[in-house]
Amino acid sequence: MGAGHHHQLYRPGDTPVHRLPPQCKLLAVVAFAIVVVATPRERFWAFGAYAVLLAGVAVVARVPPGFVIRRMVVELPFLLFVFAIPVIGLGERVEVLGLELSREGLWASWNILAKATLGVVASILLAATTEPRAMILGAQRLRVPQLLVQIAMFMVRYLDVIMDETRRMRVARESRGFRARDLRQAPILAKSAGALFIRSYERGERVHLAMLSRGYTGTMPVISDMSAGVRQWLTAGALPLAAAAVAVLTTLLAHLPGLGLT
Amino acid sequence: MHVPDGFFTASVSVAAGVVAAAGVGVALRNARQELDDRAAPMAGLVAAFIFAVQMLNFPVAAGTSGHLLGGALAAILVGPYTAVLCMAVVLLVQGFFFADGGLTALGVNITLMGIVTAAVAWGVFRLIVRAAPGNRAAVVAGSFVAALVSVPASALTFAALFAVGGTAPIDAGAVAAAMGGVHVLIGIGEGLITAVTVSSVLAVRPDLVYGARGLAKPLVLRTADGEREVAPQPVSQPAPEGRPFRPFLVGAGVVTLLLAGVVSFFASGDPDGLERVAEDKGFLGQAGEHQFGGFALADYGDVGGIPVGVAGVIGVLITLAVGVGVAYLARRRRAKAVA
Repeated sequence: MGAGHHHQLYRPGDTPVHRLPPQCKLLAVVAFAIVVVATPRERFWAFGAYAVLLAGVAVVARVPPGFVIRRMVVELPFLLFVFAIPVIGLGERVEVLGLELSREGLWASWNILAKATLGVVASILLAATTEPRAMILGAQRLRVPQLLVQIAMFMVRYLDVIMDETRRMRVARESRGFRARDLRQAPILAKSAGALFIRSYERGERVHLAMLSRGYTGTMPVISDMSAGVRQWLTAGALPLAAAAVAVLTTLLAHLPGLGLT
Repeated sequence: MHVPDGFFTASVSVAAGVVAAAGVGVALRNARQELDDRAAPMAGLVAAFIFAVQMLNFPVAAGTSGHLLGGALAAILVGPYTAVLCMAVVLLVQGFFFADGGLTALGVNITLMGIVTAAVAWGVFRLIVRAAPGNRAAVVAGSFVAALVSVPASALTFAALFAVGGTAPIDAGAVAAAMGGVHVLIGIGEGLITAVTVSSVLAVRPDLVYGARGLAKPLVLRTADGEREVAPQPVSQPAPEGRPFRPFLVGAGVVTLLLAGVVSFFASGDPDGLERVAEDKGFLGQAGEHQFGGFALADYGDVGGIPVGVAGVIGVLITLAVGVGVAYLARRRRAKAVA
């Protein structure tokens, strides 16, 4: 969480990744994340291969590495925890760089670090190449419950309006000399939140009435054709399929006697 | 608070995913009663509001700041079911659009930050408000306590999930103590902000606070001759009964238990890194009297001698208990609305 949320991750572009139908990309990224999480943590090569696959997607989608790295700060709070695990972890101790660390804790850190990082990068690539509105239409095509789709659609549309309202209220507070120093200032922030709720809710009621009077019946009309062909599904499926192939391959190698790849 | 990928074992992630899906399903069926035909637009707006409020950072102690979870605030302002939907959508949007929180951990995140916070907060809030009906101070006090309790409750659920299926070898008691302690502090901030927010909305538009519907005074019409007439209260129609939900719940429960109990056999069929090393080095035998005992349930439960799969089933049962609590509340509320 933090200040970074306000800026949408979407980067307009016209690459093969951008052109894929959103429902294909959504499923592909979720499937990729599942394959990554299901991979046993001692298969180092597999995680390297996953990283290469993601790098390939980033190159095709023309997403610069700096963009991905800057966005990876969302991982930071958990990274602190990850670095604490070997120190406070239980179990047998090993000496690393003069520190007594828990062996099992080191494995756990590696496990979380690798899987969380791959998951975050995959999500960043999805968000960078898919317009939020298109992503919701994709979810709709994937038969996500209608009410959830509608809520998400309204949320995405209201988000900037409400964030702007928040920003204006912050400017107003600060221009009157307000600074949040400790918990004693919390009531002022809370009153702002209350005012924000009333303003947003009343705005929502007005917008809803305006929509009803223009013929809104509970669903948004879908204007563009979003159907995906077999080829597009195969293109999008290349990422999770390649990842699954890597997972199977490394597992086979690990079970073959005489090959000490693990 | 957003749990990333790889933090929990597969069986806990799947079980929490099923609980989250069931909880969102129950909320979908009931949210229309709370917001009638405006359900989608207003819930979308509240979701955007929660998203914005989560960015109001407040200083907790020197150097650290916390932000609202918002589950308790949403439950009191728009009702528990709409709150669950809003939190679920906020977390989905954060996961897919902002890469915040792992996609395979979405079930865990929705269960912890959406369902647990909203359900606990609403339960506590109702208890307090029922003790002093028609009292505005009780609504504000109830908001404070509900929000305060909801944050450590969420943190302790996290610790419980961690004890069952965390991937890190940390003493479960220590995790519970640390998470609980820190989140009591955060909970005080959450409670304070929630209470003041609710009270400031109550002061301006009391009709918007779902948790204070009983407070509305009947409309009194006074004519020019000094006659007084109490206008009749608008009667809300109970929503029509939908399809029976029980078969779906039972089916989902059976599938989850099967997944957790049986699939985890395959998931951990081959020894993982530590166990392999343990076998090679020959210290697996001492694992029993080793400190491993403290987290016998962690790591699929095959270190401490607990049969594979049992740990997964325990994880399912604990997470299911939360979901059943939500469903029970739903049923009671509907029964009351019909009566």
